[in-house]
Amino acid sequence: MAERVLMKGNEALAEAAIQAGCRNFFGYPITPQTELAAYMAKRMPKIGGTYLQAESEVAAINMVQGAAAAGVRAMTSSSSPGISLKTEGISYMAGSDLPCLIINVQRGGPGLGGIQPSQADYWQATKAPGHGDLHILVFAPSSVQEMVDLVGHAYDLADKYRMPAMILADGLLGQMMEPVVLDESRSVKTMPKKEWAACGHNNERKHNIINSLYLQASELEELVKKRFERYKCIEEKEPMCEKYMAEDAEYIVVAYGASARIAKAAVKQARANGIKAGLIRPITLWPFPVKELAQAAESAKSFLSVEMSMGQMVDDIRLAIECSRPVGFFGHTGGIIPTPAEVLDEIVKMTGGAK
Amino acid sequence: MAIVFQKPKALTDVPTHYCPGCTHGIIHRLVAECIDELGIEGKAVGVAPVGCAVLAYNYFSCDMIQAPHGRAPAVATGVKRSLPDSFVFTYQGDGDLAAIGTAETVHAATRGENITVIFVNNAIYGMTGGQMAPTSLPNQVTQTTPYGRDVKTAGYPIRVCEMLSTLDGTAYAERVSVDCVKNVNRAKKAIKKAFQTQLAGKGFSIVEVVSACPTNWGFAPNDALQWLRDNMLPYYPLGVYKDKTAEEASNNE
Repeated sequence: MAERVLMKGNEALAEAAIQAGCRNFFGYPITPQTELAAYMAKRMPKIGGTYLQAESEVAAINMVQGAAAAGVRAMTSSSSPGISLKTEGISYMAGSDLPCLIINVQRGGPGLGGIQPSQADYWQATKAPGHGDLHILVFAPSSVQEMVDLVGHAYDLADKYRMPAMILADGLLGQMMEPVVLDESRSVKTMPKKEWAACGHNNERKHNIINSLYLQASELEELVKKRFERYKCIEEKEPMCEKYMAEDAEYIVVAYGASARIAKAAVKQARANGIKAGLIRPITLWPFPVKELAQAAESAKSFLSVEMSMGQMVDDIRLAIECSRPVGFFGHTGGIIPTPAEVLDEIVKMTGGAK
Repeated sequence: MAIVFQKPKALTDVPTHYCPGCTHGIIHRLVAECIDELGIEGKAVGVAPVGCAVLAYNYFSCDMIQAPHGRAPAVATGVKRSLPDSFVFTYQGDGDLAAIGTAETVHAATRGENITVIFVNNAIYGMTGGQMAPTSLPNQVTQTTPYGRDVKTAGYPIRVCEMLSTLDGTAYAERVSVDCVKNVNRAKKAIKKAFQTQLAGKGFSIVEVVSACPTNWGFAPNDALQWLRDNMLPYYPLGVYKDKTAEEASNNE
């Protein structure tokens, strides 16, 4: 029987990766993901794994690429400015159909920004995690337990679809402590056999080539189109979201990650005040839970996106419901965390009520 | 009838795209011969660069990975750390290794990463059409140094073997050339020694091969080799810059 333990989000992410069979971690120091790398540095040597502090985020993601190409579960973690540096490697891995797990414990930006929690990398993660036509799987946990659960799921889907996966967390989730149950029964036996890996052919097969270069335009187009067929299948099958009091809600708050915790408190308060409010919390940001939102738009009067940014996910909500209802935005950026009272005020405004 | 000469097994049976007089073909062959002779193709993973040798992934028969520009030593690190029993080599040009990939190269070396780097130094960016490389010589005319490399504005060339030999993690560093039969034979010996250094688990090994690029230098193949002898070899002296195996042997005497 698995034990309930108190863990920091960053450490829980690390331990969950180990439970999921990751034995190769490549990182570079950056706040606020520090505890994750420190945990790996402590644990990996004890279990015969690799913790390697690379010379840069660029090197770290390329080490992940090498390990992923060799067929093992590899991981890197960073925070916003470091993720920008990793986008080169992410694009190459997407172009080479390589699975891996990347953690982004977001902080304020742009530039060096700040070190307080933020959700301002939504666009980067879901729209342009690297150059070229590509997507990566993006998961947004909102509790330490969910961080643990999503790490294993992210590895499974990354392997299944042969593509990079990202856990888009933030400094708040990374730094806070909550009780968690680690799934020690999680079996790495579910890992599909990676017959494509460059791990030495042992004179038993033709050589495997891991590559993203296609000089013939028609060949490249065909390959990218095929990859997009896979993306379409993922958009059908893999979206995840949590609905809270959303069934009969007239006013839907949409929020993910740490913001969703705050939004949930506000929705609860609104209900107590007699307002038919509800919450839809996307757990996968790509694929975005389009169907659930479109369905909610059939009965809801309006939507409100709550984010720790200037408003990024709000675009995807408008697209998901094809602008059939008004979609408002409320957020703070730069490291400021919205309060439940502020969100409640916004919900009251949606109803046309006085502030 | 006995076969006296054939393509090494570690090379695939396809035509290469290299220009006439380019020395990549010779170097590919030497690498492949060493892989064959050491019997390591089955456990070998090669990492191809960005540059003229990018398509090396089609030419070597072992498993191959194409790395982003300059990142081959980092990719190789990821492979080697995941599969410590594998044999891992990178094949990189001068722009890839000594400009955009300097950090990856230096840090793989100083970590003593147990991989082998084949470094092809032809003092120019070949694939993009002949721009100044980090190893272009002073006064060398290239597309981006049309009046010759002015060290006042474009700086000095990097001597990679000398630089890496200062690092404790570097186990073997040798500079060779393939401009004549004698040097080709020496180059093969160096590559084999570097491979054996990795197989013995001694750490980072590099063989720098001073090479010709007739197309972008603007010479006929023979004249290019003469230009290499007259200009590159004085700046890039051939020889062994680091050999931990030999140092250990002499310490034990």
